[in-house]
Amino acid sequence: MNLKDLSIREDRLAPGHRLCPGCAASIIARIVMLATDKPIVATCATGCLEVSTTIYPYTAWKVPWMHNAFENSAATLSGIETAYQVMKKKGKIQKDIKFVAFGGDGGTYDIGLQSLSGTLERGHDIVYICYDNEAYMNTGVQRSSSTPYGTDTKTTPTGKASFGKDQFKKDLTAVVAGHHIPYVAQASPHNYNDLLRKAEKAFATKGPAFINVISPCVPGWGYPSEKTLTMAKLAVETCFWPLYHIEDDVWILDYDPKDKKLPITEWLKTQARFRHLFKPENADVIKRIQEHVDKDWDKLKKQCGVK
Amino acid sequence: MKKAKEGWKELEDGGRIIVAGNSVLYKTGDWRTNRPVWDESKCTQCMICWLTCPDSSIPAKDKKRIETDFDHCKGCGICAEVCPVKCIKMKPETDFQ
Ligand SMILES: Cc1ncc(C[n+]2csc(CCOP(=O)(O)OP(=O)(O)O)c2C)c(N)n1
Ligand code: SF4
Ligand SMILES: [Mg+2]
Repeated sequence: MNLKDLSIREDRLAPGHRLCPGCAASIIARIVMLATDKPIVATCATGCLEVSTTIYPYTAWKVPWMHNAFENSAATLSGIETAYQVMKKKGKIQKDIKFVAFGGDGGTYDIGLQSLSGTLERGHDIVYICYDNEAYMNTGVQRSSSTPYGTDTKTTPTGKASFGKDQFKKDLTAVVAGHHIPYVAQASPHNYNDLLRKAEKAFATKGPAFINVISPCVPGWGYPSEKTLTMAKLAVETCFWPLYHIEDDVWILDYDPKDKKLPITEWLKTQARFRHLFKPENADVIKRIQEHVDKDWDKLKKQCGVK
Repeated sequence: MKKAKEGWKELEDGGRIIVAGNSVLYKTGDWRTNRPVWDESKCTQCMICWLTCPDSSIPAKDKKRIETDFDHCKGCGICAEVCPVKCIKMKPETDFQ
């Protein structure tokens, strides 16, 4: 669908929320909810998107939306979806309704992982969107298992004794793929057509669908607010965040920069959280990051049958 | 739209918020330090700025974007950045006072 035709749909997120200027989380939520014209019910794991859109007595959500805790947005949504299926069976409801949960990386890679896993394994007809800003941003930038190697955060501070986070980022998309659900994807808001298509597909999928979306964060990453989509694009062009999807266990690469693949430094150098890595004593940290990206990229290409 | 309720006696059971999207009553436009100035004559109506505005502040009407909602636009500058024909320019808010 082209954007003009899309623009007649109702925007499901109202203005007046308190996310930072330039935050990617609301761009992602808007695009995802525009991808279906069916009624939606949403839940959010505690995090910037949840907190900033629902400061009492206001809500930015124009769809039925349920508050729950940090760790259980998937579990809450699976309960809502089950109630819907029962009501449908009893003839109390006829409408075709879609169910979507939004969680940050903390709420998805870390504390919400077991509730997500259970929801996927039970086969609920839901969509789960992780907006991955690579740290616990709402509480002031603490590391998560999604935070990249070498990142400066409040809990992985840099200095003489430390170059930042000492662990590599968890590959959550692959962890989700291990549940063998019908649809899994990785996306980025800079490639809005790809994200729209993936969200459309996720809503149309019978059973669980999961999309992991890179979500640049202005204060947490440290860059000017207008560069949010540029940050996401660089993550993709360096192959740090490849775009691909997995349909019925078949892996498909959606974007290959080929010989235009940028060195990881092109992404790292744009953000304050990586600034310390450019000191001479951290040269080997950058080398390790590049090797890791290259290794993962080669592995993904092999998995997708791409040369 | 009904005013958001205040005072505990008027609260909904369970703290529900029953007016969907009532955050529109909360104005975030005064956060802005830079204002997007849109040159409609150069605009091709590609709608990329409408889609990627984080603050739902570029309204669409009849498949076209219209003037920015300055009551809510926080001035992040993403619209000026994504516009393929560069018809949006960020200007300091002080120029308009
Ligand atoms: C059980 C529990 N522990 C801690 C918190 C405090 N808390 C609120 S938001 C948040 C961080 C959320 O991080 P993430 O899921 O990555 O979302 P982000 O804020 O980065 O968008 C934390 C730790 C909480 N609400 N509940
Ligand atoms: S701290 Fe980051 S994720 Fe949170 S609202 Fe601000 S830009 Fe968005
Ligand atoms: Mg986060």
